[in-house]
Amino acid sequence: MEAVPLLPACGDPTPSQRVTREDLLTFVSAAFACTGQREFHSDGRGQQISIKFLHDYVVGNYRRLYARMLACGINHFNQAEIVLRLLATGKHVRPGDRAEENALVTRALERLPTQRAMRLVSRLAEEGVNNRRTRAIVARYLSRPESRDFRAVKYRRHVRRGMLHAHVAFPDETAAFLGAGIEKRRFTTPLFEQFRAARHSERAVYELPFTIAEGLARKHGIPRATFLEKIAPKMTVNERLRFQETTRKELGESVALDVGRLGPTRLATFVLGLPAHVREARRAELDAALEASAARAARATGVRYAKVACVLDRSWSASGSSEKRRRPLAVAVAAGRFLAAVSDEARSFWTEPVEDDLAVTARGATDLATPILAALAWKPELLVVVSDGFENDPPEVAGDLLAAARRRGLCPFVIHVNPVFDDASIGPKPLTQRFPDLVPTFGIRDAEDIPTAVAFSAFAHGAASLAELEATLATRTEAFLA
Amino acid sequence: MSMLQGLRLGPPQTLGAIRIIPVLRDVATVDLRLAQRSIDALGVVSVDHRAKDDPGIKYVAFVPHAFVVSHTSDGSPVATLGAQFGLPKGEQKGHAVKLMHRMVKRLDDEDGTSRVRMLPLHLAMEGFLALHFRGPDILWKEYSAATKRFGLDPRTERVARGSWLPGLEEALRIFELAERQVGMLLYVQEAFASAFVMPHPDDYRAAHRSVLEDFLGETLVQFGILHPEAPSAWAHLDTDGAETLEDLARAIEDVRERWRDYATTLAGALLERDPDVELVRTMGRFRLERFLPKFDLEEESHVGERIVAEDGSVQYLKTFRLSTAQVRRAYLMKRLAEGEWRLEATAKRMNVPLAQLADRVIAAGLGYMFTPFALAEARKQPVA
Repeated sequence: MEAVPLLPACGDPTPSQRVTREDLLTFVSAAFACTGQREFHSDGRGQQISIKFLHDYVVGNYRRLYARMLACGINHFNQAEIVLRLLATGKHVRPGDRAEENALVTRALERLPTQRAMRLVSRLAEEGVNNRRTRAIVARYLSRPESRDFRAVKYRRHVRRGMLHAHVAFPDETAAFLGAGIEKRRFTTPLFEQFRAARHSERAVYELPFTIAEGLARKHGIPRATFLEKIAPKMTVNERLRFQETTRKELGESVALDVGRLGPTRLATFVLGLPAHVREARRAELDAALEASAARAARATGVRYAKVACVLDRSWSASGSSEKRRRPLAVAVAAGRFLAAVSDEARSFWTEPVEDDLAVTARGATDLATPILAALAWKPELLVVVSDGFENDPPEVAGDLLAAARRRGLCPFVIHVNPVFDDASIGPKPLTQRFPDLVPTFGIRDAEDIPTAVAFSAFAHGAASLAELEATLATRTEAFLA
Repeated sequence: MSMLQGLRLGPPQTLGAIRIIPVLRDVATVDLRLAQRSIDALGVVSVDHRAKDDPGIKYVAFVPHAFVVSHTSDGSPVATLGAQFGLPKGEQKGHAVKLMHRMVKRLDDEDGTSRVRMLPLHLAMEGFLALHFRGPDILWKEYSAATKRFGLDPRTERVARGSWLPGLEEALRIFELAERQVGMLLYVQEAFASAFVMPHPDDYRAAHRSVLEDFLGETLVQFGILHPEAPSAWAHLDTDGAETLEDLARAIEDVRERWRDYATTLAGALLERDPDVELVRTMGRFRLERFLPKFDLEEESHVGERIVAEDGSVQYLKTFRLSTAQVRRAYLMKRLAEGEWRLEATAKRMNVPLAQLADRVIAAGLGYMFTPFALAEARKQPVA
């Protein structure tokens, strides 16, 4: 056996640069996986405390790089957290970085899903973040003419609060709509008028956004089936997905859904939520949808691998929590599909053998060693382990096994991707603490993040340097702002 | 005969002070099934052979659930009680106090399947309580009037509910059941707390959380509170000499072997002891038994019950760890019985001064058996 040096050859000239690189990787990894919600092994509160610490630490020490994290595809929860912290601590920004930071924050706010952005606007008011920059950015976001009226109707409370807090002048009829009471007058803005009318007329209800119409339908006592049938054209993709089963029960058939617009992980979550007999009956249809979705995600990422083996964890802990039901299992299913779509040859190895990945359930102990050995025997070029990192049959050997296999040239590249943030480790739980450069662990939100994880894991190696990591972040920032 | 015949142990899973070792069975038993039946009432069980509303010896305890044992005599498979097609039926409302007739009672047969209802752990506990239940056989004058008239009635013991053990509920929730798992060994701070084995993996899966409703020794709850973290244990993967994939597979197998050894070492208390076994009932090719330990003050003592098949394989097992005080009481009781219930004779047999024996009787909470005068006299005796 070749001798392993105690400290790997270091690409960073100084220890402080090495620490910076490792801190940043820890943060990116956590920012992909953590959503502040309850996980199988830890409660929501622990998650919040742990991720909050990470944010405060990174914004205080590496502000410029912290802002650039917005550009590297981390999840929406952490994007919102970053925007909030950057705006709240605006006076610490270096003059040279101000323009870039402003551009990043503006862009990120625009790209966030509307409900998250509106909640963020509300939170800025709640936490008393009020400075000129924040006011300008929020004002610009809220006054975009193409979405202004729609948001005033759908997110009435948030918009009002945000506008007041950011000292935005209420344009046209918005003041009357949000403030003076809507009973007193007719509006010329069509959406406002429909909202007013819907309080008295059943017909006007169907012109409104789904979530608003739902409450008013209740007020008018409209039967659920009638309402769902007529409101269908107004539903967003996610609302359609959420109401698949309800509409099937009420109307006999599900509301139309363009599954092509859903990512593989989203779709897998939906599929795994269906009862076993439904999954079996609609197998062909669901299978085709997942296939198409994975192919589309593969085209969007534009990467290509040769021979990939995925080791997928379906143990009981993959059942997630009440807030993230079956999420780790869905990520595993989607990862199998996605990697099959981006590679010439791919094979999945489950912790307990699975005949059909659409019928998979979360059960059994976590035996990663057996599928890893099977995967290594197949001689892949890239081995991806999708697991929450809690291994118990036998406990904690997979990391050492993979490290040994890599050192002996049995597998060229190995990565462990983890969809679960572990608050005790302040990051996704790694398979091994001892060989982080041989078996890098990276957090992911969706299976589609795996190519990003593979790209970033190159920096976990001792030979990579902080300068290279910074260069990558700079490139991503440019692409994000373009 | 080993307590775990026909069973294997898996690698433990630990959370805080609680370590759970899975018990695996390679071939599931199909002609004996156990199902949990919830009672939700204070149970009063008549333990003599009279009708259930007749005053007689009664065992009173909070009995949260019973097990129903279904078995066939010809070895054909049997469905577990409560298995049904379609949606579950509505829940029945429980009674505040439920009178039950005997610890183990035969239910009506159905389609060639015999059913027996039993109260888990209470069966074993009653065996323990009934130990010299009627008190002294000879009415020596130092016994108190109450003892002469009523024996040791009522004889009570305190236990702790499983859910009182901090972290147990969480440990059971995150515990990952293996595919062939039929039971578990529960450890609190490396102290063996309880064993629980079922005949079939599905039965165990359904009853996994029932441990929360069972009772545990109070000592264990104290362990759990005082030492919230169990000492860490791990087996390191040794890949030094490994060159090929086969070598690595062998190294993994080696780690598994070491975990098996570790589990066997921890389970030593259960595996090596040879308890006093009492046959409760024969059910086809199965025997329902309960067992009492030797009440050795130096060793941990477990009472329990089990169902054993003809070939000696253990189909069902549940044990309870007695606290040191309980062991001390049982030990003294046993010694007194051996000394024909005389303080002086017992002290001589035990080779201790009479005064010391009297002190021990009082400290163990058995002082009420004797008249205050007799105890005071005994304590006046010179120690040397």
